Formats: sequence, structure tokens, C-alpha cells
Amino acid sequence: MYLASLVALFLSSFWTVDPFTSVVQHIWNVDNYKLLWEQSAYHSIALRTVGIAAAVTAADAILAFPVGYFMARIAGGRSRAFIFVAVLLPLWSSYLIRVYIWRLILDHDGVLNWSLRKVGLPAANIGYTNWAVWLIFTYVWLPFMILPVYGALERVPDSFLEASRDLGAGGWTTFRRILLPLALPGVIAGSIFTFSLTLGDYITPLLAGGASSQFIGNVVYDSIGSQQTPFAAAFAAVPLVVMAVYLLIARRLGAFEAL
Amino acid sequence: MERRSTRVALTAWTVLVVLFLWIPLALILLYAFNKSNVESWPISSFTTHWFHAAWNSEVRSALWLSVRVGLTATGIALVLGSMAAFGVARFRFFGREAISFLLILPIALPGIVTGIALNSAFLAGNILLSTWTIVVGHATFCVIVVYNNVLARLRRSSPSLIEASQDLGADGLQTFRFVIWPVLSTALVAGGLLAFALSFDEVVVTYFTAGAQNTLPLLIFGYIRLGQQLPVVNVIAFAMILVTAIPVLLAQRLVRDAGLVRGAGAAAH
Repeated sequence: MYLASLVALFLSSFWTVDPFTSVVQHIWNVDNYKLLWEQSAYHSIALRTVGIAAAVTAADAILAFPVGYFMARIAGGRSRAFIFVAVLLPLWSSYLIRVYIWRLILDHDGVLNWSLRKVGLPAANIGYTNWAVWLIFTYVWLPFMILPVYGALERVPDSFLEASRDLGAGGWTTFRRILLPLALPGVIAGSIFTFSLTLGDYITPLLAGGASSQFIGNVVYDSIGSQQTPFAAAFAAVPLVVMAVYLLIARRLGAFEAL
Repeated sequence: MERRSTRVALTAWTVLVVLFLWIPLALILLYAFNKSNVESWPISSFTTHWFHAAWNSEVRSALWLSVRVGLTATGIALVLGSMAAFGVARFRFFGREAISFLLILPIALPGIVTGIALNSAFLAGNILLSTWTIVVGHATFCVIVVYNNVLARLRRSSPSLIEASQDLGADGLQTFRFVIWPVLSTALVAGGLLAFALSFDEVVVTYFTAGAQNTLPLLIFGYIRLGQQLPVVNVIAFAMILVTAIPVLLAQRLVRDAGLVRGAGAAAH
């Protein structure tokens, strides 16, 4: 049994390592990096990818924190269970379909513009822009942020908040000095998902973005299509490095226990 | 505790966020009945015609392939994932920490990286892309889901249970049958359901490991990209939302822990 599990471990670790080894092989091809470094188009694509990933993470954190707080401290058992399932189910329904729905919603003749017209506002026409990409990512990854934030807030003992109040702290001070530091591992655990999944994605920009919504993933995807695997791998290394650094920081901050 | 105004604000915020999550899903359920093949809002008239139209041979063969790949990958994942979890939970050996870290990593790795890596590995090994290469690709993340579920369960159950069983004279098979299996069975079922749900939805790894075959997600990806057959896509979306809800709800009843969240991360689109 021990041997079998070792073999299984070897096999499964081989699978997860595999992406690395094949990327590492190509990294020694310096020409691809030169190309990445010298072409300003690639700079702006990399910056756009990281920038939108950061914006998505921030938006998700802001949306998720009050929900996590509500679930952990205000909701009763039944409504908490209800919200839990209500957050979990969209997470597991098809990613592709959720992106597709937003394409319909943000379309020129879609639900968003229709509702805006109904209340007398001008049409938003954000379909096929970077705004659409940001909004869709925020939507798609939101459950990944809510659940760990809820988990972290649930572990904050009531007595901490009472103690803070007894010592004369106002609501804002308690939030900033007690709640936020204690919930931070949860937020970071969530951000691992929101940030890394946005970083590596190409489907949303492809289906719902515009001409200037190219992500790193899209360039990688196109390069594979045109048989330029080494260059694709070089560019794919960029999000990997960013993520590796991010994961190391996250581990330092104790986010893995909150996953 | 909190002031009344704070409570009201938090409640309202939560309701809005839940609506934000669910309104799009409700909309696609409506769009499935849209009579026109132009997908604009508001929907002027309704029909069930597209449900009939969606049940064509192309969709059926894609569905059948998705089911076969999902079942096979889940089967492989159940065996390898639970053995890996046993190894990490029960034994201390060289590189154990590294392995448990490696098994978390795929959550953070973009699916496109896994996809490219497998693709070039298959090409290098002169392996023709086929149903089997898709299965291998899917097994990589399905293993993680099972592993996480089983490991979470093992960590919560005490090893002294097994020792007690052995002290009382049970042989290996009896210990497995009466002690280990009852502890693990629901975690395995939950892990299996989730692994299947993931495999059934996967696009990115599938794209790089499939030859000429289409799984259901690949088929609709193609349709959406080219803007073709959108009414059929709506119907498939309708069906997939309802169908994936079942394994997830079942799994959620079986395990009430973070395995679900981690597992979804392993999808790493």
C-alpha cells in the first residue's frame, strides 16, 4: 500500500510538475525573451493582463467582504446555509456559459442597455471592451472570494470585537485594527484564485473583449496556433513568475490555511 | 452588537450580491425559450422548438464523448487521488511537504499552461491526440479534487481508529472494510461527483489535448466564437446549468468543508 501510494504520488506529482519542466526547457531560449522585452506591444499586453487581474481582485474583495461578514456574524443558520449554496452553485456552473450570458447582457440590444433606457439613462455600450472583460471576470470569480473571506471572518471570536469596543474603539477603528488584519488571510486566499485565474485566462477576452483586450493568454493561444510554441512558453512564463512570487508572499501571510 | 443601520446595509449588500450572481443564470434559462434566433432583449415570443433542434447528432455525439471522458477521468482520479491522499496523510517521507505543495499548485496554474505542456509532451512522444489524451488531461485536475476531499476527511479522522482496529485483532481487509471505508466513502463520492462536474465543463485543457473530437464545451465554444447556432447554445446552457447543479448539491450534502472551494480552483481555466 505504501509502495502503491508512492507510485501514485510520483504519477500525480509528475503531472503537476509537467507544465514546469516543459516551460523550463524553453526558458533557455533567450531570443524569445529579447522579443518580449523589446516589443512595446507585449509590454502593454502584460500590463493590461496584470492590471485587470488586480482590478478584478480589488472589486471582488470589496463585493465579498460585507457578504462574508453578513454570513459569519449576522445571518442565522438557515439563511447562512442558503447563501452558501447560492454562492457555491454559480461557481460550479459552466464557466463558458457564464461568459456567454454576459455577452448577451452587455450586447448593444442586451438586458443592460434595455434596463438603462427604462430608467432614462444613456446606453452603456460596454460590450466588447476592457470594461466588459473586467466585469465578467469579477462576476465569474466572485464566489472564490466570498467563501474564504467568510471562513476567515467566522473564526474571529465575538469577544475580540467586544473587547475592542470596551476599550473605547469606534466601529471604524475596530474594523481597521481588529477585523481587517484577522480577515486578511481569507482575502489573500481568495485573491489567489481571482488574481491567478484572471492572469491565465484567454477565453473571456477572446469571447467578450474587443480589439484592444488581448491578454497574455491570447498571445500564447495564438502563438500555439501558429506553431510558435517556444515563444508561447516564454510569454506564459510571465504569469507563472508573477504567480510564484505572489504565492510565496501569500504563504508567508498564512493564506494557505484559509484556503 | 452591530448597529441597526449597519445590519440593514449589510443585508441589502448581500442580497444585491446574490442577485448579481443569479440574475445572469436566470436570464439564460429564459433565453433558451427565445423564439427568434437573434439574441436581443426583451424576448418577444417564446418557443420550445430549440430544445428539439438541439438534440441533433452533432450535439449528441459531443455529449456522449463528454460523458465517457468524464467517467473515465473520474475513475482514474478516484484511484490515484485517494492513494496520494493516504500517502501524504499517513506517512512521513522525504519530499512529503514538497508533494503536498505541488498538489495545491495546479489551482494557481493557468489551464493554458497545463494544456500546452501536455500538448507538447504528446507531440514529442508521437502520441496521436485522441479520446485518451483528453482523459489524461482531465485526470490531472480531477486527481486534485479527489485528493483534496479525501485528505480533508483523513485529517479530521484520527489514525488511532485504525490502530484500535488492529489492536482488536482485525486484519488489513477487515480494517479497511469496517473502519476506513465508512470514514472515506462519502468523501470519495463527493470528490468523484465534483471531478465529473469539472471534467464535464472543461474547455482549455480539452482544447489542447483533443484531436478532431468535440466535447460538449468545445462544441459550444466553437459556436459562441463564430456566433453560430446561438439558440442551440442557449438550450445546452439551460441543460448544463440544471445538470451541474445536481452533483454539486449532492456533494455539498456529503461534505461540508472547504474541499468544494479548493476543488473548483483546480479547474484553473
